[in-house]
Formats: sequence, C-alpha cells, structure tokens
Amino acid sequence: METFTGKVWVLGDDIDTDIIIPTEYLALKTIDEMKQYGFSPLRPELAGLIKEGDIIVAGKNFGCGSSREQAPEIIKALGVKCVIAKSFARIFFRNSINNGLLLMEQPDLYDDMTEGDVIKVTVNEHVEYQGRFYQIASLPQNLVDIISAGGLVKAMRKRNGLD
Amino acid sequence: MGMTIAEKIIAAAAGVDHVKPGDIHTVNLDRLMSNDGTTHLTVDMYHNKLTNPRIADPEKLVFIVDHNVPADNPKTAAAQKKMRDFAREHQIDFWEGKGVCHQIMMENYVCPGELIFGADSHTCTYGALGAFGTGVGCTDFLYGMVTGTSWVLVPESVKFNLIGKLPEGVYPRDLMLTIIGQIGANGCNYQVMEFCGEGAKTLSVNDRMVLCNLSVEAGAKTGIFEADEIALAYLQEQGRKPKAVYKSDPDAVYAREYTIDLSAVEQVIARPDFVDDVVPAKEVCGVKIDEAFLGSCNNGRIEELRIGAGIIKGKKVAESVRFLVVPASLSVYKQALKEGLIDIFMESGAIVMNPNCSVCWGSCQGVIGENEVLISTGTRNFKGRAGHPSSKVYLGSAATVTASAIAGEITLA
Repeated sequence: METFTGKVWVLGDDIDTDIIIPTEYLALKTIDEMKQYGFSPLRPELAGLIKEGDIIVAGKNFGCGSSREQAPEIIKALGVKCVIAKSFARIFFRNSINNGLLLMEQPDLYDDMTEGDVIKVTVNEHVEYQGRFYQIASLPQNLVDIISAGGLVKAMRKRNGLD
Repeated sequence: MGMTIAEKIIAAAAGVDHVKPGDIHTVNLDRLMSNDGTTHLTVDMYHNKLTNPRIADPEKLVFIVDHNVPADNPKTAAAQKKMRDFAREHQIDFWEGKGVCHQIMMENYVCPGELIFGADSHTCTYGALGAFGTGVGCTDFLYGMVTGTSWVLVPESVKFNLIGKLPEGVYPRDLMLTIIGQIGANGCNYQVMEFCGEGAKTLSVNDRMVLCNLSVEAGAKTGIFEADEIALAYLQEQGRKPKAVYKSDPDAVYAREYTIDLSAVEQVIARPDFVDDVVPAKEVCGVKIDEAFLGSCNNGRIEELRIGAGIIKGKKVAESVRFLVVPASLSVYKQALKEGLIDIFMESGAIVMNPNCSVCWGSCQGVIGENEVLISTGTRNFKGRAGHPSSKVYLGSAATVTASAIAGEITLA
C-alpha cells in the first residue's frame, strides 16, 4: 500500500469553499492564477507557504458550501498530497475524487495534531504521528481507481483505452 | 423492507426494484442543469479532455446564466459567451437574465419523481416538488452530459416530522435555520432530509423550497417532500405532469427521526460566519448594518416580496443602509409589478435589481466592503461570502431583513 510522509498544516472546523477559493477570484482564467488566493480569507499567507507533498489536517465538515470544483483543484495545484479531516462535505468529497485529490476521514488526529509536525500516511490503513497509529477507513475500489488514474475524466479515458 | 421517497427515485433511475443505503448504483439522469458559475469549465473539459465528445441527450440539458447578470467584466463576459455559443451549437435550452437557476427550474422543468443533477449546490431545492435534485461539480456534470448517467451512493434518509403551524410573523426561513442550528452544518452529511407530517400540509410549495434549498447547509445530499395535492396543484398551474409520485413506505428505514413543533419556532438569525450559529433574533437586535438584501433562490419569491413590501410600505430605508431587492425570476418580478410591490420598494428608497443571484454569491452586485455588515435572505454567511474577508453576514427572514433595513440595525419585524 502507498506510503508517504508530509508536513502538516492544521485548519479548523467547517472550512468552506468560499475560504478555499473566494468568489471574486473564480473569474481568473486558470487554476494556477487562482491558487495563490487559496484559503486567503482565513490565512492570506498560507497558499505561499504550502510546499509540494504537504498535508492538510482539519476538523469536521471540510469543504462545505458551494459545488465549485475549483476548490479541490486549487488544493491539488498547491501541491497538497492529501487532506485528512474529521469529516467532509459531500459535494467537495465527490469533486475531490473526480480530480484525483486524496481525502481521508480520521476522527482523532485533528485533536492531537500540532501544525508543522510531520506525519506518515499508509493509504487505506493508518496515519502514524508521534509513535501513535490513527486508523483510516479504506476507500471502495471504484474510488481508488478514479483517484489513482488522476480523476474521473482520466479514469474514463483509461477505461475506454484512450490513454 | 420498505423504501423512502428518495430510495424509490434512485431505484427507478437505476432500473432496479429495490435499493438500500450504502448501495452504489449507476443511474439514468432525467435532467442536468448548469449555470455560469462553472459551465465554461465544463465546456473547456468537453473540448480539451475528451477524444470523441458527444452529448447523450441535449433535451435533458438546461444552461442558465444567473450568477453574473449582466456580465460585469471581460472575464465573466468571456465565460458566458463560451456557454452561450456551446448552448446554441448543441441546441441546449438556454436562459439568460430570466432569474436564478433554481427558480427557473422550478417554474419550468422540475417534475415529481425525477432525478436531477445540477452544477450548483442548491439543486436540492427541487425536493419541494418530490424530485431528487442534488448538486455536483463540473466533472460529474460533464460525465452526466456525455453519458446520460452517473453513479450514486444511496444515502440514508432522516425524517423530520413537522407538527403544528408556524406562528404569525415567523416564516419557513426561521424554521429551517432553527433546524440547522439544532442539527449542525453537517448534521445530515450525505443524508436525505425528508420533511413530512401534518405540519408539512401547512406549507406551500414556496415554503417547501425554502426548507429543501437550505438542506445542503446541513450537509444533506437533498431535502424532499412527498408530492402531495399542494405540489400537484402547483405543477398543474405550470402545465406539467409528474414523472412519478412516490410516498415513503410505512416500513421505510430512517437513520434518525426528529419531531419539530412549528408553533414553537421564533424569529431567528444565523450569525457570521456559520449557518448553524443560530440564535433568537432578539439576541442580536441593535447590531448596526450597512446593507440589507432581500432575494436569492432561497427567499426571493413573490411570497417574500409581499412580506417585505407589507413591512416597508409608507416607510423609508435608513439613510445609512443600502437595501437591495432582487426578485428571484422574471415572472416573480412581473407579478410584483402587477401587485404594486416594486413601487412600494422604490418609494422606500430600496435599490431594485434585475433577477439574478446578486448579493448572495458576493460577486457582481452589492458586494460589501471592509468591516461592513450585511443582513441577508441569501443562502450563506461564510467568512467573506459577500465581499471583503473582514465583512460580516447575518442571515434572517424577509421580515427581519426588511425591518432591519428600515431601522438601520438588526431589529424584530
């Protein structure tokens, strides 16, 4: 099973899609232009600090609000490897899978987590932090296939023998 | 084991006799709606990411420009042009400037028993007519547009048994905010909120739309009512017929059940920056406001305009306040004109705008500045939702919003 380590940024409960990408930036042409404004209402400096392979750990209801697909796209474009939250809002969850952004639900990690620390993730099994293991549920195979193909469109192309 | 209304709609769309929560099914979609929030992205993906793109059934598609109407800068104009050109090329039903997408869908398309995907989170509104409407992103929309199908994980249903009748001066908006305050912003995450009971019979289709529309603010996949005689009368008035009328079976299984006494509901406010931070309106009276907004897919119909006009008739908007009144659709606007409501708002000093999403989504109209305070009948009060990140949004009913616009501070109607 895939394993990786990453530095953690900690966000709170109910991180909504307007925080992830405010409405005023949605008219920008590309995700690359938009991504610098990611999380700006909450932490304007954060998008500039996130490095490739970093991990976001958050509380309940991450991604609540709008169906704007730019939200998971921006998180992915910033280089975030995965988001681990107590729970996710459903439209955001689906949009993330469809764009190949890995999400994991974990009820306890957020309460113990200190920002800047490094965690080790074994996909579909557990997160290791300060010697403790936090279990994560496994995703159904159809969703794993979509994520590992890089999203729904790529998975559809792969299935149709186009890539 | 019996099924709920939502389960019956999914079973029919999947072509099977029975479904249960947790099952994953491939479903045929009855209709797909997309607006100018994201349609340009769907069109880009259609052209750039697919090898042999085709549309499964253009007659099932509806494109509606409602988020930035009229376009306010070259970027939104370009996005809308892309959408307009694509709709013309593929003979897709196209609406522009006629109203908020969900209001147009309810007035012209939604039928009981249908399964509808919309590239907008408030697609859950359609449950007011006993349809299963749910919001998706543009990739899911693209997949549905190209294949005519999608996959769904059958959600659990949660029953809200409504009893009694709302007191005078208390509205469905107060009721739904109260429910969200009670169960939380993810209280029904990935579940269906089914509203039923004798209290449901006291609610019009408009009232039911208010409840279903905000179900996503409790995390729900959709909100739904049985298509009863009230829903069927509305449908007949619009000249449409149901696809199917479903009732939940007596032995249908619910994840949870709540009993809500409508007669105990009072005027409430959701405080910034969370829709579930709901308190009695009297607790926030006196908070100074800079702007008030009466409109949106949640609360911009003729019923709410009547309430607002009734309160403001012969009075003036406070000098320090901008009061934006935005009918949810052209037909609502015309009805309001006919009833003299628009005159009343204009005499009071309100700014009456063309039908569109307006202040609710914080882009082209009524955007608020640094540290400004808005009281709104819109759908959300997230941080920065209506403008500057330091601004604040309070959510209330049409009555509370209008009374506050007159007083210059949050006040009871």
